[in-house]
Amino acid sequence: MRAQLDSRKVFQTANYTFLIGISLLCILPFIHVLAISLSSKTAAAAGSVLFWPVGFTFKSYDYVLSKPAFVDALLITLKRVGLGTLINMFLTILIAYPLAKEVRDFKYRTAYAWYFVLTILFSGGLIPTYMIVNKTYLMDTIWALIIPGAVPVFNVILLLNFFRGLPRELEEASFVDGAGHWTVLWRILVPLSAPALATIVLFTIVGHWNSWFDGLIFMNRPENYPLQSYLQTVIIQQDLLRVASQSLDSLAEVSERTSKAAQIFMGALPILLVYPFLQKYFIKGIVLGSVKE
Amino acid sequence: MRSKRIKEMPLHLMLLPGAILVLIYCYGPMFGIIMAFQNFKPAFGFFRSEWVGFGNFTYISDLPSTFQVLYNTVYIALMKIVAGLVVPIGIAILLNEIGKTFIKRSIQTLIYLPHFLSWIILGGILIDVLSPSSGIVNRVLEGIGLPSVYFLGDNRWFPFTVVVTDLWKEFGFATIVYLAALTSINPNLYEAAIVDGANRWKQTWHITLPGMMPIIVLLTTLSLGNILNAGFDQIFNMYSPQVFESGDIIDTFVYRLGLVDAQFGPATAVGLFKSIVSLAFISVSYLLAYRLANYRIF
Repeated sequence: MRAQLDSRKVFQTANYTFLIGISLLCILPFIHVLAISLSSKTAAAAGSVLFWPVGFTFKSYDYVLSKPAFVDALLITLKRVGLGTLINMFLTILIAYPLAKEVRDFKYRTAYAWYFVLTILFSGGLIPTYMIVNKTYLMDTIWALIIPGAVPVFNVILLLNFFRGLPRELEEASFVDGAGHWTVLWRILVPLSAPALATIVLFTIVGHWNSWFDGLIFMNRPENYPLQSYLQTVIIQQDLLRVASQSLDSLAEVSERTSKAAQIFMGALPILLVYPFLQKYFIKGIVLGSVKE
Repeated sequence: MRSKRIKEMPLHLMLLPGAILVLIYCYGPMFGIIMAFQNFKPAFGFFRSEWVGFGNFTYISDLPSTFQVLYNTVYIALMKIVAGLVVPIGIAILLNEIGKTFIKRSIQTLIYLPHFLSWIILGGILIDVLSPSSGIVNRVLEGIGLPSVYFLGDNRWFPFTVVVTDLWKEFGFATIVYLAALTSINPNLYEAAIVDGANRWKQTWHITLPGMMPIIVLLTTLSLGNILNAGFDQIFNMYSPQVFESGDIIDTFVYRLGLVDAQFGPATAVGLFKSIVSLAFISVSYLLAYRLANYRIF
């Protein structure tokens, strides 16, 4: 008994150490980059920055925020997040409602469901999608970032399963009272689905904020790039092509590395601020989506 | 009788806008697949481009890099699938052993942070910390007397770097589902086991793991569908020409072939190959998930 208690203690200590170590591994790279973004050019180049800024300065942020390209890209992203989330949510709700009906209430329910689900199973691929977006005159407009993905089928499935879990008596009573589908959907089902909807809204916002590839291929002019596409060109492409940025050398306290670090951090900031508070919603949402009975 | 009272017309109307958008932007590209059998020229469009039968497919299979690309894709994807199943299960079991709710919560919050960020942000961070000259990882390696490694530029290292960094991004989030399965195990089972003299290890082996089995089986079968998804977003933002040999995958290959070199026909042909193989794997995985875990998507 005594030996068992001791080995339990050893295990607990090792377990705590291991898991705390793992969590540090997840957060330290971010802290390191944040520290670099707040350090002076010379300290960053000398490699003396670990997890605390050396030669503390906001110059890198001043520099980045003074670049019109960065600010314009940020505005485009905000526009896309707002418009895109609104349209995604509206269509998700509108599609999930009929598909949540039983076949005896809505004969074509299964046919429609397969019509939408097929698009997850099979896709035309990159090149034909590009051609269609091109042919429908969306190139270089904000709609190229919103319309092709306007129907998020996974979210529709999530919500329709949630609708099906709600007590049917509520809507039946409303139908008896003479309410139509539209009223039942918006007045009864939507308010009851607040937790599921909050989860989907969160994922939609994060998805739009993080999207970069559509901006890269559907925008011919870089001034139409949303933030993540813009960051792709300044942080990733620059580095991979080993192109040295000339314009920065003239600035005394900002280097390419510190300004990149500042841009990385600003691209992540909204998500860093929001996600800890939404934890309980998305845990509920993901469990609801994957383990259902 | 009830069905008579519920009108169906408004339901069709609600589905109409979504159905039209899906028709154009999901089914439209499926029609565009005919490009795979054409010498497609944008000026001539879908209808007047020259038909070449399976010419694009033979052209692709004659390219020297094609089979390397296919191999890279399956190799990286398989490693990701295995790591993405084993590690989150292990972490969930270990997290479950932590009694203090506050610490458990905090660890969870930290480990799913990377999941929410794009591969642009993470790629930028990784390029910085893994840099052979100034990156912090190599400075640590040198500090403890090891040679520095060019993680993103060395073909021997690149595939593993991709798998480990993908794991770093996703393991925390993947843990959520397993933790949920753990908390739904009936505590009476553990009490009975303790009465019977089972130690913690035996409890884990005989109660915890079997309790998680349904969800493990489900997620394993569903992950089969990813056999050709090695992760475009990640690799596109982490690779460079010097690691094409070990890191070029189907999706990055299609991108360069189609959108950079404007070889629309061959690129569509490769994309079609991927879609068909993926469809087969996804169908089998859904069928297995239905048979083994009684899973239905809707």
